[in-house]
Amino acid sequence: MAVSTLQAINLSRNFGANYAVSDVSFSLEKGEVLGFLGPNGAGKSTTMRMLTGNLAPSDGSVKICGIDMVNEPKKAKEMIGYLPEMRPLYKELTVDEFLTIAARFHKVEPSKISKSVEVAKDKCGLGHMSKRLIENLSNGYQQRVGIAQAIIHEPQIVILDEPTVGLDPIQIREIRNLIKEIGKKHSVILSTHILPEVEMVCDRVQIIDKGSLVFNGSIEELKKQRRGNKLLVGFTKIPTKKELIDIPGITQVDAIDNTMCRIHFKEKYLPAEEIVALAVKNKWGLFHIAPDITSLEDIFVQLTQIKK
Amino acid sequence: MIVNIARKELKSLFASPMGWIILALLMFGFGFLYLDGVNKYFEVMSGSIRPAERQGITIFVGQNVYGAANFLMTVAIPILTMRLISEERRSQTLPFLFSAPISLTEIVVGKFLGMVIFLGILVLYIFIMLSSMNIWADIDFGYLIGNSFGLILLIGSFCALGIYFSSLTSQPIIAAISTFIALFAMVIFGNFTASDPGHWFGHISMSKHFQSFTRGVIDTSDVIYFILFIVTFITLTIRRLDSDRLTG
Repeated sequence: MAVSTLQAINLSRNFGANYAVSDVSFSLEKGEVLGFLGPNGAGKSTTMRMLTGNLAPSDGSVKICGIDMVNEPKKAKEMIGYLPEMRPLYKELTVDEFLTIAARFHKVEPSKISKSVEVAKDKCGLGHMSKRLIENLSNGYQQRVGIAQAIIHEPQIVILDEPTVGLDPIQIREIRNLIKEIGKKHSVILSTHILPEVEMVCDRVQIIDKGSLVFNGSIEELKKQRRGNKLLVGFTKIPTKKELIDIPGITQVDAIDNTMCRIHFKEKYLPAEEIVALAVKNKWGLFHIAPDITSLEDIFVQLTQIKK
Repeated sequence: MIVNIARKELKSLFASPMGWIILALLMFGFGFLYLDGVNKYFEVMSGSIRPAERQGITIFVGQNVYGAANFLMTVAIPILTMRLISEERRSQTLPFLFSAPISLTEIVVGKFLGMVIFLGILVLYIFIMLSSMNIWADIDFGYLIGNSFGLILLIGSFCALGIYFSSLTSQPIIAAISTFIALFAMVIFGNFTASDPGHWFGHISMSKHFQSFTRGVIDTSDVIYFILFIVTFITLTIRRLDSDRLTG
């Protein structure tokens, strides 16, 4: 049985009459990368601020390795590394100076500070930037410094709030690899509104909408929802619906336009071959046949709309 | 941990030209007052023939230098303290401190101490400057030490007020202006009721409590006044930051 390092229990937070987060409970296992997904304003950042002790929950509690965040904040915070959405960097300092300060603040032993600064820089690919002022670094490198300060004290849990926002595709890829790398040693919570990102780096996904959890499961479960029993077929001379429904296994045919249609079929049947055979025989002019994959976006929309 | 915060604050102060410029300007100001005091001493003393009118050089020059400190500090300290918290609020670096295993009290006291240590350099310089008179005169070191202590207390109170105003806003300039106005009021309060020394207005004025130091008197009620002032505003700052966490 895996050990859970972080537990959120019935977490709620209201701003006036507005509930930003209501009754959210989940836990994080050791060595797991948890993706926190949700549209803008769903309460991702608010939840993360509560997990890291930056915001007091209106109700509920956060336990870090069994230590309560409200009662023993210092002990709990020692085990967390946090990178907020707006990276908190002292831009007037150099990378080395800033990381040294971060290490000191996170109670790294004085004799080990310079070593842990080196290790963090190494992991984040910042080795050749040591003496540069943070102000003068590019966006992507600043983000790496942000991640470096979150992992410098080897925390049990690393919490990253939208770590890839505003970066270019190459940088995004590098940061994702970095997160995967971090995920091997630490538990990671990662918030994002980019779906493929979750698929690429996370072991488990949680979807939050309007302050409450709407989905909590592994990536596989999410993918299952994605691959339905559907085929997307295109003919130059489209046959009638009846002709298609007569093929065994096919339950429903939806015409999309004059040439394309979506064919639903029963579980365990695979009517592709018969469709092709019939198309050749009747000269329907088949030019496209492929499994119809619901995009993650669609699943996301479905999940977030169930509640409504 | 308080020490680490103070170190960080000192590093930031010296990483920008601001810290150096303020320190240099203040030093120039105090140096000028010192020189002026020494020159005036000979003018005034050569005119006073009766021994009763004569005064020691330490207290004469010292009053010239330390007596002006509250006005110089009223101008300089708001510029230094304005950034302490409001800058962090503006550039959103507060979560860095809040998510580290450091209590709010440590953060605020650390920042406060960093600032006092920074200005302590100035107090030390002034002390050394005035001690240099010892080469040709026999000066009263007790008076200098007492005044340095008073000046530290004055700086501490100004910084405590400055850090509080800095915690209220995310605009450093607004923090600076409101600190300046508040300090200015604190300093000149007493002058309104100068004719009535027992008036309560005079008692809450800062300059009145600082003046006894420049006369060479260390009065416990003055020391307690300054310490209470510092503790009050530090506590208010901590509460202000705590309400950030509670109300978001």
